[in-house]
Amino acid sequence: MELAEKVKNISGENVLSCYQCGLCSGSCPLRFAMDLSPTQVIRLTQLGLIEKILSSNTFWICSTCFSCFARCPREINITKIMEALRQIKLRRDQDYIDLKNVSKEELKKIPPIALISNLRKTTA
Amino acid sequence: MRIPYFPGCAMKTTAKNCEVSAMAVASKLGIEMVELPRWNCCGVFPSLVNDDLMRHVAPIRNLIRVQEMNKSGIVENEYRLVTLCSMCYHTLKEANLFVKDKEKLTKINTFMDREEEYEGGVKVLSFLELLKEVGYEKIAKEVKKPLKGLKVAPYYGCLLLRPREIGIDDPENPTILEKLLEVLGADVVDNPCKVQCCGSYHTVDKKSIVAKLTYDNLRYPIENGAEIIATCCPLCTFNLDSRQKEAKELYRDLKEIPIVYYTQLMAIAFDLEKKFFGLDLDLYYKNPKPLLKAKNLY
Ligand code: SF4
Ligand code: SF4
Repeated sequence: MELAEKVKNISGENVLSCYQCGLCSGSCPLRFAMDLSPTQVIRLTQLGLIEKILSSNTFWICSTCFSCFARCPREINITKIMEALRQIKLRRDQDYIDLKNVSKEELKKIPPIALISNLRKTTA
Repeated sequence: MRIPYFPGCAMKTTAKNCEVSAMAVASKLGIEMVELPRWNCCGVFPSLVNDDLMRHVAPIRNLIRVQEMNKSGIVENEYRLVTLCSMCYHTLKEANLFVKDKEKLTKINTFMDREEEYEGGVKVLSFLELLKEVGYEKIAKEVKKPLKGLKVAPYYGCLLLRPREIGIDDPENPTILEKLLEVLGADVVDNPCKVQCCGSYHTVDKKSIVAKLTYDNLRYPIENGAEIIATCCPLCTFNLDSRQKEAKELYRDLKEIPIVYYTQLMAIAFDLEKKFFGLDLDLYYKNPKPLLKAKNLY
């Protein structure tokens, strides 16, 4: 299946109705750390240029906060698009996080929900 | 009122202070929160793609336990399930919505062996919703030591509010926590960051990102005069409290501020025994006790 079709399929979202207002990026608390903005991700998805998004850090930086979805005037669930991109990347490549890079002290201190939710989002 | 209660891992580890205070407060209000006799991980963060049914199995198993509790008579015709943790609330409620689609429900039921079928009739509630239902008048009657002069800023985070179909209140401008804090007699301070993201699970491998968010999320309520922040979620609480250390290394001007669960403030306002405040559990970066002592609340 073509990648763009796959994103649409597993996210259940049709991004064609996005009119690039930019509200999602303006609402995104993690925008400062992303290389592509959420609005750009949606535009590239419309154009079917998924490979371009897959080489960005945006969907890894997204924290699943749903702020963009709460405000999108077209009611596009951008958070689901981010999840679809994470999944496509994970299903094809290796896991994103390597816990060996996190110190033992930190691992002891961090709440289990942080650890498990991180692994949910960054490993397949 | 006897109501099934799902604790989740946080309430037994980093958020013991939340559980101990909430249980005591509930019991004062005549609510008996009955822990599921057997529970597993809520599933932490629902999968947001629709070909990943496997990830909905964990929450659905927990919902089946509520059916079992009714059948075995542990609770009587009580199909509501109350949660304290925002992440558990979000995940369980999302899974419940997910299986409104009968085809998905059948698939999940077929997938689980040795488990009775989930019938779809459980209602997932957050403790804040339950308190609202109990009524603020009833709560006000239990307030023996109003939090007068304590400047509290509410903080909701994401998962209790968004997306809208899961949220307990308006996703942009909720007020449920403010109302409760007012009943407790606190001086509620406006917090423009109350629905912002705390950085969530990035706290594991992207500490500097979380440190920046912590700084942003604390700066504005502090500027508005807040002396303490009241939280709902164990992950927000950890990030807002512990990551102040990293935030201070990056932003020297950050003033430290204690972070407590609203349930702890309730226990204090109800003038319960100190052990129910959950302040002696060694869980803090910024210890709330000095402030509470200065306000004659501890
Ligand atoms: S908020 Fe919605 S319509 Fe506006 S740019 Fe983002 S996705 Fe497009
Ligand atoms: S869900 Fe992701 S993309 Fe959307 S606002 Fe939150 S962090 Fe940004």
